[in-house]
Amino acid sequence: MNVLWLVMICVSIVFAIVTGHLEAFTKSIFDGAKAAVEVSLYLLGIVSVWMGITRILEDSGLIYRIAHLFKPIICRLFLNIPGDHPSITAITLNVLANLFGLGNAATPLGIQAMQDLDSLNEEQGTITPEMMTFIVINTASIQLIPFSVIGILAGYGSSNPAAVVLPVLIATAISTLTALLVLAAFRRVFR
Amino acid sequence: MIKTLEYLSLLIIPLFILFTVLYGSFKKVRVYDSFVAGAKEGPAIILKIFPYLLTIFVAIKGFQASGAFDALRDAFYSLFGFLEIPIEAVSMAIIKPLSGSASTALFTDIVQTAGPDSLATHMSAVIMGSAETTFYVLAVYLGAVGIRKTRYLVPVCLVADFIGIVIAIIVTRWFF
Repeated sequence: MNVLWLVMICVSIVFAIVTGHLEAFTKSIFDGAKAAVEVSLYLLGIVSVWMGITRILEDSGLIYRIAHLFKPIICRLFLNIPGDHPSITAITLNVLANLFGLGNAATPLGIQAMQDLDSLNEEQGTITPEMMTFIVINTASIQLIPFSVIGILAGYGSSNPAAVVLPVLIATAISTLTALLVLAAFRRVFR
Repeated sequence: MIKTLEYLSLLIIPLFILFTVLYGSFKKVRVYDSFVAGAKEGPAIILKIFPYLLTIFVAIKGFQASGAFDALRDAFYSLFGFLEIPIEAVSMAIIKPLSGSASTALFTDIVQTAGPDSLATHMSAVIMGSAETTFYVLAVYLGAVGIRKTRYLVPVCLVADFIGIVIAIIVTRWFF
């Protein structure tokens, strides 16, 4: 992240000077800050709601039942998760929310999953292989039906808005698989 | 068909919440108090994420405003010119990993200018549907648990994003 951020900032400033976008660049810094505040406030609401729901899941023991149910699938991808650990439930619910395009639920559940995975982390501050797998699955985006895209297409009078459903499904399935393969390849090299 | 599926996906969260509170009550959990206790953790998490989000957003906005984004898009466009990819789709491919709201705005713009049934629109739609806002996900998820050493995660995500977009382009060509 360090290198990426450094490159982005330096390249941007050099470009701003060369192309004469200095004013726009300076303004954009404050726009970025404003966007971060807005997104954080939005997240504050939905994350708190999901934390509340998750607490009920924990107190009623349902979280362990769900974990037990999905353990056979999840533990194939995440090797070092013990028994009926709560992280299995959070990961399962996050993946399901992503599949059904429920963005409002996916992010809070993903945060929950990261925290549960971090409770298994022996070296705080350093990423674990399980976290990497989880993040790679999330950045590859697995979605069954892209409702927002279809909505926009339909709104502008597309002859068949649903025509994109199958291509998106195929593309997202292949790219999620390749993302996991890329991760596995890097894991081999940087062991 | 799509309408039914959309309705079903709208149904998931309410039903899940209903089941959770009913099951909780059945197990003699005081659901109201549990919910409040859980929600109390929300602000602390957001406080942790906020600085990461701010840092990455400033970089992304600056990147777009400085003209570096346009240069990157033009470079990609001329580099892969022989594949005859619409420039709109190239824009989408670069912006989707950076920003969710910007990619939605761009997509609406593409549909309006290129027409809802054009190749540019279809390709952008597939890219938009099959890629994710990688930088946002990284900032939020890593920030939530304060991960500083990400090892080889970022390169993996960038390589996977690139391959994912190539796949989206190939699949679109195959379908339309």
